[in-house]
Amino acid sequence: MSIASQQRTMRFLGRSYMAFVFTPEGPIIEWLAQLDSWLARSPGFFAGRPVVLDLANVKLHRPGISHLVGCLLERDIRVIGLEGADPAQLGPDLPPLLSGRPVNSTEIVALTRPEQPPAPAPAPKQAASLLIDRPVRSGQSIIHPDGDVSVLGSVGSGAEIVAGGSIHIYGTLRGRAMAGHMGNSQARIFCQKIEAELLAINGYYRTAEELDASYRSRPMQAWLNDNVMMITALN
Amino acid sequence: MGKVLVVTSGKGGVGKTTTTAALGAALAQTGETVVVVDFDVGLRNLDLVMGAERRVVFDLINVIQGVAKLSQALIRDKRLETLWLLPASQTRDKDALTEEGVGRVITELREKFDWVICDSPAGIERGAILAMRYADAAIIVTNPEVSSVRDSDRIIGMLDSKTKLAENGGRIDKHLLITRYDSARAHRGEMLSIDDVLEILSTPLLGIIPESEDVLRASNVGAPVTLGNRLSGPGRAYMEAARRLQGESVSMTIPMQKRGLFDKLFGRRAA
Repeated sequence: MSIASQQRTMRFLGRSYMAFVFTPEGPIIEWLAQLDSWLARSPGFFAGRPVVLDLANVKLHRPGISHLVGCLLERDIRVIGLEGADPAQLGPDLPPLLSGRPVNSTEIVALTRPEQPPAPAPAPKQAASLLIDRPVRSGQSIIHPDGDVSVLGSVGSGAEIVAGGSIHIYGTLRGRAMAGHMGNSQARIFCQKIEAELLAINGYYRTAEELDASYRSRPMQAWLNDNVMMITALN
Repeated sequence: MGKVLVVTSGKGGVGKTTTTAALGAALAQTGETVVVVDFDVGLRNLDLVMGAERRVVFDLINVIQGVAKLSQALIRDKRLETLWLLPASQTRDKDALTEEGVGRVITELREKFDWVICDSPAGIERGAILAMRYADAAIIVTNPEVSSVRDSDRIIGMLDSKTKLAENGGRIDKHLLITRYDSARAHRGEMLSIDDVLEILSTPLLGIIPESEDVLRASNVGAPVTLGNRLSGPGRAYMEAARRLQGESVSMTIPMQKRGLFDKLFGRRAA
């Protein structure tokens, strides 16, 4: 039995996909008619392609949203997610609300009327960092997919921090730290004293057993170098 | 208005019930009125440690369900007239506790007593959460070993999120009580040191209770160690902890093992 040598690795990755974003404008019936005329020229264009419905320009209640999603389905258009909708109007029967930031949205098909000026692109949301000014206790889980997480205090054994960006711990890291969780391999983990159970950056991880004992209880940083996790002391 | 304390730990067998009884008796000896409440529904023990097991008629669940009045369920200690016990039910389970019912009982106790000390069951489920729910302050009982310390860390997190006080934006007062401390074993590195525990939990220390046979003996005869054996190591440590709870500043001493010449020669240890 050599269980120790056969280490199973499991990776959880964030992956980006290109999706069409529909931005219907009121009145919906007119917008659908316009869509129909467009589809008549290019039948089956959206079949099997992911479509996101941005409802920011129309104020729809729940029955309206499900009717619209149903109408699109009749036209072989499957909505994988919603944007700009009021969460209170959503339910388990509707596609989930997406909280992504447009990285660079390309206008592939001009569906808007030509005489209308294109809507100004929404200002990219600032990747906010999260500051936690108390210790993170065992069993607590801090999940912040949008940016860095700083902890003024220790992270207890059995606690975890998941960040889209880097993780800074001004205390002892005894739990788990997972940085760059949405596919950011530039993210790093810093801590004042390392006794971590697990470190992960962009899905590449190391468990306590694989950490060099000489780093224990010292300030360190972890980063990715060609998908290999590097750990160095900070002093 | 009295103060509501919860004695909690996450892990079982670390000394919550012993601590509840000992601190309750210590506070009651200063003339303040104290009620100790057993929240360990289905596995009650506090009545035994308090020596009142033969006088239980009604219990906490009866009061919550309106079967008995609070005054009918409260048992006065025979040795200290300022000390009272509200026992738990042995025949029910924790699902019989309701948040609203517990709230009502605690409100009523808070009006009657200077101190309401809730003995939490082990674990992090319903019983433990309801025991801490209405507390103003918490005593976290920890043994100097890793599993106990980690469970305490978890409980501290829950005290900061699941209590009424925390939900209303307040912060519950937390006191750490290290029990079963064996200075000889800590010295040999077989136990976490006090500094290690404090570093991990970053919570103010209320006291250090030495490992001692006196504690077991006190439980067996049904007398809290601060009543039956006040001059023993644990008795003294609990008395000092109670004074700190009352706001007095008492210097902290790390209990050292008293060893006779014979023990020293042969390296024998108690326990």
